[in-house]
Order: sequence, then structure tokens, then C-alpha cells
Amino acid sequence: MTPLLELVDVRKKFGAVEALRGVSFALAPGEVLALLGDNGAGKSTLMKTITGIHRASAGRILFAGADLASHDPGQIRALGVEMIYQDLALARQQDVASNIFLGREPTRRFLGLPLHVIDRARIEREAEAMIRRLGARVPSVRYRVGDLSGGQQQSVAIARALTFAPKLVIMDEPTAALAVREVEHVLELVRELKRQGIAVILISHRLTDVFAVCDRAIVLRQGRTVADERVAETSMNTIVAHIVGAG
Amino acid sequence: MVPSEAGAVAAPRRGLSWRDLGGAIRLESLVVLVLLCLALSLLSPYFLSVANALNILLATSVIGILGFASTFVIASAGIDLSLGSVLGFGGVVGALAVNVLGLPWPFGIVLGLAAGAFCGLINGLLVALAGIPAFIVTLGMLGVARGAALVLTGGQPIYGLPAPLVWLGQGRPFGVPVPAILFLALAAVTHFLLSRTRFGKYALVIGDNENAARATGIHVARLRIGLYTLSGLLAGLAGLLFAARVNSGDPTAGISYELTAITAAILGGSNLFGGRASVVGTLIGALIMGVLQNGLNLLAVSSFYQQMAIGSVLVLAVWLDQWNRSRGRA
Repeated sequence: MTPLLELVDVRKKFGAVEALRGVSFALAPGEVLALLGDNGAGKSTLMKTITGIHRASAGRILFAGADLASHDPGQIRALGVEMIYQDLALARQQDVASNIFLGREPTRRFLGLPLHVIDRARIEREAEAMIRRLGARVPSVRYRVGDLSGGQQQSVAIARALTFAPKLVIMDEPTAALAVREVEHVLELVRELKRQGIAVILISHRLTDVFAVCDRAIVLRQGRTVADERVAETSMNTIVAHIVGAG
Repeated sequence: MVPSEAGAVAAPRRGLSWRDLGGAIRLESLVVLVLLCLALSLLSPYFLSVANALNILLATSVIGILGFASTFVIASAGIDLSLGSVLGFGGVVGALAVNVLGLPWPFGIVLGLAAGAFCGLINGLLVALAGIPAFIVTLGMLGVARGAALVLTGGQPIYGLPAPLVWLGQGRPFGVPVPAILFLALAAVTHFLLSRTRFGKYALVIGDNENAARATGIHVARLRIGLYTLSGLLAGLAGLLFAARVNSGDPTAGISYELTAITAAILGGSNLFGGRASVVGTLIGALIMGVLQNGLNLLAVSSFYQQMAIGSVLVLAVWLDQWNRSRGRA
């Protein structure tokens, strides 16, 4: 099977600091991959390099046959890569519907003129449908996101990532700020994505989450991949040893 | 998909706002404007008349247009302190083109607008690409554009514009001053741009959370350049109107107008720190100041007191807004 995502010797320098020193791995469609590592190991940098926020200094990132190096974040999203950021990346003064369609607002001609206005009715309709499909308890898509609870805000971020039929969803610490019950919902969501054939990269510090839903785990240390193991064939102790560098 | 019981359903109370006019309109502003008009109608027999209403619109038009310009920049969490100077520069360039270079009057308009847009473009490039804070960049442009206007004219106003240009400032088709018509028409156009198009939506989003804008694929730098260019263009237009009204390109026109323009936007409910802004709100804010000034003139109150009144109204409006919002959140 051809991989959905393939990284070949990806490097990233910020000035003299080398945050990524050659990361290579491949991800199959529908595969759930855990990306592990201590703080500063390069996890977030790596993900932001995939989504186009950062540009790789060297190496290649291939997604569904396209070289992502020449794409900007909007184009990479259009190819089917979505990321749910740890800080959720929401516009708090905009309402729920606007946030779900951020960067992808459908437009229509205004009064038949060559003037394109945002199709507000369609956005609200489709956002409403998405929220209902997710079963998220957001009272109305017209509420400002800043007025919602933390869990509700996360639902909005998730809805945004899933509305446009992604092929790969990257989640950065999706369970870090959640209560136990909410964590279970996020994990169930990951399983559901897998069932639909959508690949997931999960960044998490919680190894129990990783062992509950992931197929494979990659460990980064000082910008390098130091382990790439099937979750079913390893143990938490081994993974921890890789993370702290005792392996 | 998966049911996610994310958080309890707490129905947050909305602050007072008038959603259908593009959101972000501080209802208090409208209430203040109406109360102000009512009070002045009772206090002065001259206030409530069509002629006086047109006077107010005429007197507010230049500041109002600058207010629209500042609304876009403030929406994106930026600031444009160069508006007043760019107004002066645009007016001078327009006047020079027709008066000294002898070009036909349409060139005066085009060059005046281009001069404003050019200043805005430089602002935008420096803010978006060089990453210099907008406050510094536009403070620099405040000096540069004013200096350029003075250099081009030798510090002297350029008197005498062709009749069609003067008409723009002084004409009264059907008794309505041309600047008042342009002011209201521009309000409609810019309101449409800010509230209905992607350009306007993205201006608000980069002011709200720049990282979210970038992560969702919005071209932040390109948009910023566009916003400051638009701001300069509108300032250039305001400069031409100003010049047309006084029939001269005055290099000292519009000194400190940027602060009045920003005041209009804030009075109208825009958030100085970005993410919330409305052109109709700014229109109301500008009218509050215009009505206040006009009313106090009719009541023969010294203009020194007018400045105090406008300053107080500004602080009061923002305080009311904060109080209302914190109550909504509790």
C-alpha cells in the first residue's frame, strides 16, 4: 500500500537552533500514529512543518503524491490535512459557524453582480448539521466562541477539522485540558475516524490514551526519531525509556 | 459520528449588540446618539431641521471617512496614526497635479487617491513584511507624509482648484452637500466590505487570533498590506474632499484627525485590540461627535468645552461597554 504521508529526512532550523535533525516515517491511510517525546523534542515543530506553518529547511514531505514543500497552509488543508491545535486556534469573537468555516467560507454572487459575498445562510446550515452529527452540545452556531465552555470550544475545533472530509487529522494534546469523561469521547472519536479510513496523528503525553487507540508510536528526541514501534508489540516501559533516553 | 458531551449547556448571555447590522454595533452608541439628538432638540430651536442635519453630515464627512479607514485597521488589531498626515498629503498632491502641473481635473483625483494608497501600501509592507509594529510604522508615516506635503508646497497652501473639483466639496445637488452624499455612500460600501466579504471577515479574524488565521490558511501578510492600502486610499479621498471644500491644497490639513477618527471607531463599538469592528458603528460614533459639536455650537458653548465633552463621552462609552460585557459573562 502506498503511504498517505511520507517524511524523508525532514530538517528544520531556527537560526542556529536545529529543531528537527532528520525525521523520516511513513503513515498508511487510516492508520493511527502516536507522536511522543519530551517537551522540546520537536513534536509541535514537526506538525507545524507538515501543515505548512513552518517550511522545512531540508528533506521532503509527500502527502497523497504531492510534495508539500511548495504548498501554503491553505493549500495543504485543501489536500486533506487538518490539525486540531492545542490552543484550538479559534477566533473567540467570531461565532461558532464562522469558526467552523474559517478560511473556507463559501461565497455567492451578490445580486447577480460579480461581487462575492460570504454565503452566511449556507455556513450556518452546514455548521449546524456538523455540530449535530458530532453530537456536540453547542447551544447555537450563532454563539460567540469566547462565550462557550472549554469543552464546547474543543467541539468547535474538532468540527472545523472534520467538516471538509480530511484524509489526515493531526491532534495536538487533545485530551490535556479535559475531564475524564470528555477524554473518553475524544478517544472514541479517534476510533471512529480510523473506522472511516481517516489517518490520525495523535500528540499526547498520556500513554494510556496512546495504548488505547494508536496502532503505532513514534518517539522523537532532540529532533530525531529514536523509536518507531507497533503499539501491540511494545510496552509502556519501553516507550517511556525511549522518551527519556534510557532505551 | 461520535457524541461528545463537551461541557454543560450554559446559555451565555449576549451583550447588547445589533447582530443584523453586522454585529459589533454597540447599541449604547445608538442610544447615546438618539438621546443626544432629543436633548438638543429640546434645548435649541435650531437643532431639529433638515438644513442642520445636512450641516452635521457635511461637517462629519471628512472625519467620518477617516473613521471608516481606521475601522478596518482596528478590526485587524492594527492602528493607523498616519491618517491625518496622509489626508494632507493626498489633498496637496491632487491640488498640485491640477494647479501646478496643469493636468485635467480627473488626474487630480486619481493622483490624490494614488498618493494616499501609496502611503498606505508602504505602511502595509513595513507592518506585514518587515514586522515593525503598526504603531511605530504609522507614527513614522505621520511625520513623513506631513513633511512631504510641506516640502512639495513649500509650506504654503495651493489656492484655486478647477470647478469640477470644487463641486466635490461645495456642490449641493438637490440641496444635499456632495461630501455628505459621498460620506453615506462610502459608509454603505465599506460596511458591505467589512461585514459581507472574506476580506472583511479575515480582517476581523487576524485581529482576533492571528495564529488561527494563519493555521486556517488565511494569507495574513497579504491581507494586512491590503488593509493599510485601503486605509491610505480612504485618507487620500478624505484629503481631496477637504481640499475641494476649502478650494485649496493645504499641507497642514488634517493635523491630529487620526485621533478623532480612532475615537469615532471606538465610540461606535470597535475593539481597539482587534476582532470586533463595524462601519455602521463608526458612522454612529462619528455622528455622536458631529452632533455634540453642532449642538454645543448652537448653544454657544465654547469649543474648549466641546473637546472635554467628546473626551468624556469616549471614556464613558467604553466603560459602559466593558460593564455590559462583564455582566454578560457572569
